[in-house]
Amino acid sequence: MRREVTSAANVNNDSTSASPERAHLFIKGQCVIPYEDVNRDRVNVCVTSRTDCHARCNFYLELRLEMEKMTRVSTVNGRTMFCHLDAPANAISVCRDATQVVVAGRNIFKIYGLEEEGFVERLNLRVGRKPSLNFSCADVMWHQMDENLLATAATNGAVVTWNLARSCRNKQEQLFTEHKRTVNKVCFHPTEVNMLLSGSQDGFMKCFDLRKKESVSTFSGQSESVRDVQFSIKDYFTFAASFENGNVQLWDIRRPDRYERMFTAHTGPVFCCDWHPEDRGWLATGGRDKMVKVWDMSTNRVKEIYCVQTIASVARVKWRPERRYHLATCSMMVDHNIYVWDVRRPFIPFATFEEHKDVTTGIVWRNQHDPYYLLSGSKDSTLYQHMFKDASRPVDRANPEGLCFGLFGDLAFAAKESLMTGDVGRKTYPGGDRRYPIFFFKKPDVTEQFAQVSSALSVFESEAGSSVGMDWFINTAKSYLLSGKPFAELCEHNAQVAKKLNRPQESTTWTMLRIMFSEPANPSLSTNHNLNKSGNLPLVNSFSMKEMSAALNERNKENRQDNLHSLETNLNNNDENEETEGSEGQAEYLFGDAELDDDDLYSMEHDNQAEEPEYLLPQEAFPLRHEIMDHPSAPEPVQEKPESPHVSGSETESTCLTPMESINLISVSQLLFSPHLPPKFFCPIVKEMLCYYAEQGDVQMAVSVLIVLGDRIRKEIDELTQEHWYMSYIDLLQRFELWNVSNEVIKLSTCGAIMCLNQASTTLHINCSNCKRPMSNKGWICDRCHQCASVCAVCHHVVKGLFVWCQGCSHGGHLEHVMEWLKQSKHCPAGCGHLCEYT
Amino acid sequence: MKEAGVDLPQALPSGPSAFIPIEEILEEGAAQEVMSGALLSEGRVNHINMMMGLHPTYLNCFLRTQNALLQLDGPLPLSWRHFIIILASARHQCSYLVQHHSTAFLLAGGDESWLRGLHCAPPKIQHLQTLNKLLAHRPWIITQEHIQELVCPGAEARWSLAELIQAIVLMSHAHSLASFVWGCGILPEPEQSGDQSLQLCSPTESCSPRDKARNHQEWSEAVNEVKLLMERMMMVQQQGEEFTQEEMVTRFERERTESLLEHADVQRSVLPDCFSRFVVDADFTYQDFSPRGVQAPPTMRAQDYSWEDHGFSLMNRLYGEMAQLLDEKFQVVCALTYHTMAMHSHVDTSTLRKAIWNYIHCIYGIRYDDYNYGEVNQLLERGLKVYVKTVACHPEKTTPRMYFSFWRQFRHSEKVHVNLLLMEARMQAALLYALRAITRYMT
Repeated sequence: MRREVTSAANVNNDSTSASPERAHLFIKGQCVIPYEDVNRDRVNVCVTSRTDCHARCNFYLELRLEMEKMTRVSTVNGRTMFCHLDAPANAISVCRDATQVVVAGRNIFKIYGLEEEGFVERLNLRVGRKPSLNFSCADVMWHQMDENLLATAATNGAVVTWNLARSCRNKQEQLFTEHKRTVNKVCFHPTEVNMLLSGSQDGFMKCFDLRKKESVSTFSGQSESVRDVQFSIKDYFTFAASFENGNVQLWDIRRPDRYERMFTAHTGPVFCCDWHPEDRGWLATGGRDKMVKVWDMSTNRVKEIYCVQTIASVARVKWRPERRYHLATCSMMVDHNIYVWDVRRPFIPFATFEEHKDVTTGIVWRNQHDPYYLLSGSKDSTLYQHMFKDASRPVDRANPEGLCFGLFGDLAFAAKESLMTGDVGRKTYPGGDRRYPIFFFKKPDVTEQFAQVSSALSVFESEAGSSVGMDWFINTAKSYLLSGKPFAELCEHNAQVAKKLNRPQESTTWTMLRIMFSEPANPSLSTNHNLNKSGNLPLVNSFSMKEMSAALNERNKENRQDNLHSLETNLNNNDENEETEGSEGQAEYLFGDAELDDDDLYSMEHDNQAEEPEYLLPQEAFPLRHEIMDHPSAPEPVQEKPESPHVSGSETESTCLTPMESINLISVSQLLFSPHLPPKFFCPIVKEMLCYYAEQGDVQMAVSVLIVLGDRIRKEIDELTQEHWYMSYIDLLQRFELWNVSNEVIKLSTCGAIMCLNQASTTLHINCSNCKRPMSNKGWICDRCHQCASVCAVCHHVVKGLFVWCQGCSHGGHLEHVMEWLKQSKHCPAGCGHLCEYT
Repeated sequence: MKEAGVDLPQALPSGPSAFIPIEEILEEGAAQEVMSGALLSEGRVNHINMMMGLHPTYLNCFLRTQNALLQLDGPLPLSWRHFIIILASARHQCSYLVQHHSTAFLLAGGDESWLRGLHCAPPKIQHLQTLNKLLAHRPWIITQEHIQELVCPGAEARWSLAELIQAIVLMSHAHSLASFVWGCGILPEPEQSGDQSLQLCSPTESCSPRDKARNHQEWSEAVNEVKLLMERMMMVQQQGEEFTQEEMVTRFERERTESLLEHADVQRSVLPDCFSRFVVDADFTYQDFSPRGVQAPPTMRAQDYSWEDHGFSLMNRLYGEMAQLLDEKFQVVCALTYHTMAMHSHVDTSTLRKAIWNYIHCIYGIRYDDYNYGEVNQLLERGLKVYVKTVACHPEKTTPRMYFSFWRQFRHSEKVHVNLLLMEARMQAALLYALRAITRYMT
């Protein structure tokens, strides 16, 4: 019946609209069984199924029978309740009719009655002035056939049975001291009255016949400690044993010489196992490796069919009655909660009981046919009855919808199936979208279940070239200049970039920033002024520049590209070389640029003096870049000299490329603000502007401006916000694989948390070139083959630094040596005859 | 393999140990593959590794753990790790380890000024001192308050749990290794011996010819002792007698409180400067339990907090890889046997090993419900007990006489085996107490 319903539910969910007839039935179903959530779910499924009338009748019949059973079981209407014990509990067990529970521990051994209003102590089995160690229980079990019979496993290795029917105070009946070490588990046969099984730390399992004085058979686990033994509920002769070494064995009670089956279930000890009450072959195991696994033994090979990953070692596992896929677990350490899992949904507990304050040591379902009552004992010396309706449902707190933007503007959206079908909104993206459910999680509502039945995942693709695309981001990131030039120029340049990419607002922002912070108090500083030697207003200068000869423009453009190129190269080199020696090549670039420039441009440096505080020195020439950045106002003339030509060269191009549109704006703004306003004045506005961009999702703009403005604005924005922006921007850059840009941003950032990103995971693991084993120790000698690992094929010395090698023959050596070698020869320097190719 | 044999002697003018003749070590241990591995990685084999090389399976585990602890990724900086080892081994006045790790500390880029003393180290490390002291001498006193103090003082010198757990492993590692160094009478490395002040503190007192002669005389007597011991082991294995709980407790307490240390003749001299600068409260040592009556420290029941169940689970959570390695190391050392005893072979020594292990846990206040402590009394002769208890609790007081006076007919490698058991049992005991405190702190 259940399977049928499952498929029916599938059918239902496939059909998108609910017919009125079904809705009607649904209501009717509710009328018939109005009181249990569970049952409503059942009816729901039934009604929406397409089974014929006959089947439906059958179903109702069965349903009613089940309901009757339930009402019979739940005659005791319980509530979540607890009582204090005198001592920590190690294990609990209930008697067959679910009215009493026994609690056992090192210093406690009591029977409590389960009343409607609470626990009532019925009997203290721990009698005598000086109770012997036989009372120190590791485990306890109440016989499911005989309500007077109990068995305990003692930490000193004794197995004790107790008969509640005895008239004297001491109820101890039999004592077996055959185990040499702690007995971890005792288990009565589910149907046989006199059969008791024990598993001990000493590696033996013993089967006792209670009519005899000693064990009838001993099963050896080959000196591996036994952690749990469980009789199969369906197979009369079978029991399972779990071991400290991670194995699980199946035994036939008639054959003590050899196990029937063995398999490795976990890494590390298997603390517990439990047979499924209905499915013959199913065994759940829990281990120190934090896993709960469900094994199917009915086939020839034992198969792992479900696996639940918990957060701590699993101490106990118990299948939930009447719920085929549910089991309860508690953990050995640290985590005090009891979880009920649906094994098919291993990622989130179906229900959680969070009452205990210390680790839970024993859990048991109160009645074998009642899934709503769970009893638990704990190290915190309390005994709880948990009601299922009071359990917290983690899934309710989990967000059922997920939304994520792809790198290129795609949008993925996962939500409840029902929501998705109801909302036909996706039709609003008729062209570009492509919808396919990645997973279609079906949850047959046989019982009360996860509220969410299924989820659908939709992906909306952005159209190529649409505004959602991120090309602008990549281009901007690549072309923005963040350092290495005077402030005004950087702004100017970036404005250009934005302009080119058709982003007028950003472009204007950059221009505005330049005007705001370019020390307008001293107009003569303006670069444009110097360049043209004409009027005072920059905008006029720019304007006039437009009319300059095309030839100059052309050349400047070339210059600019060279500059850009060289700057990028420098940055890259610098990133990679930071820890290796020397950067001879880089200084050359800078000087090379200077030589390209015209003499008259070169001469400008004298007029530029006043602007020095404005710009940052290009970092590449100076290892101590951060100090220079921090004190830009104290430039030394000596340092200044080589830089100036480079700077002035770039100035030319930036000014002459000033576009027409922005000029109008500039002229307006220039008129509006008095030139005597200090830059400070603008800070609040700029801050607001930055926040605005960040809010808009254009964190690129925010960060770029932040870097370019540097100290001018940094103090206005709190560190955390800055860090957040940096992080977001760097993350984006890295997703687009713009490693160089992201590295530059990291380097230029002033947040401690960001700058140290560059210093993480700088370890490089290498294998020895001779024996191909990992080099574990420091130094250059492999600890296995006792040879130097990376020898230069040219000079035969150890390479400590950049090692370049041919991917064909894997010989190589010092970069310089190999380069030199290859000028003369095409063959491998090692003499292997390979025609090496280096790219 | 060959180079191992060639290289070793030149490093050993006097051999690695004051107790054990070099020939024996070379003969039994040097030709092991693990040794040559260790040799190649460090350029030579240090004395500790040579001694452990007598038991190569263990050495393998030990080196892996030590490497993970000191070299591989972990929450603490490399130099800190060495400094913590220095602090810990100074508590047992182990010059060997202090010297060795001072060098390593500097190599790892440590600040030289720290070596001037604890007061020069950052306050964060100084805070560790109490825990170090307790772990070394009376781990059962450690409570969750001690953990709490370190983990949330509110100041910036706060320890994270991950850091703390590594520090705890480091400290207990160093304490137990110091026991091993003293217990085997390991001599300073050749390049260490230049320092005069240090040499004084090493067990240079060597086995005198007189001792050897006497050993020889008493040979036949000793053979009988072995026979007797083996008979007892058989007996212990077979007996299935039963005792009242009271009797069991009495036996446990008797073992625990037995006064074995010669108080009178071992006067505490003033601590040499090389240790005192790393040690605070040097008078705090292992406390010999007063026999009866006076409140004994509470026992810890092995069934309530065991390494396999609880210790591992917690460690696995906080410092996963180390939990695995330690677990493996404990397993290896507990299973280590060659089925030999002195001149006999094919002997099941499990009861004897169990007795030594449980005895050490017993003097650290850990009690197994399912163990009959009468066995300890039957299997461990007094000389052995004196030695074990001294090495485990006051390693710096170990004398050659103690070493030679127990198990006279046994091979040296078997005595080293005892030391390995001792060292691991001690480490596990200390870890269990510390981990229990952390568990309590976390709950």
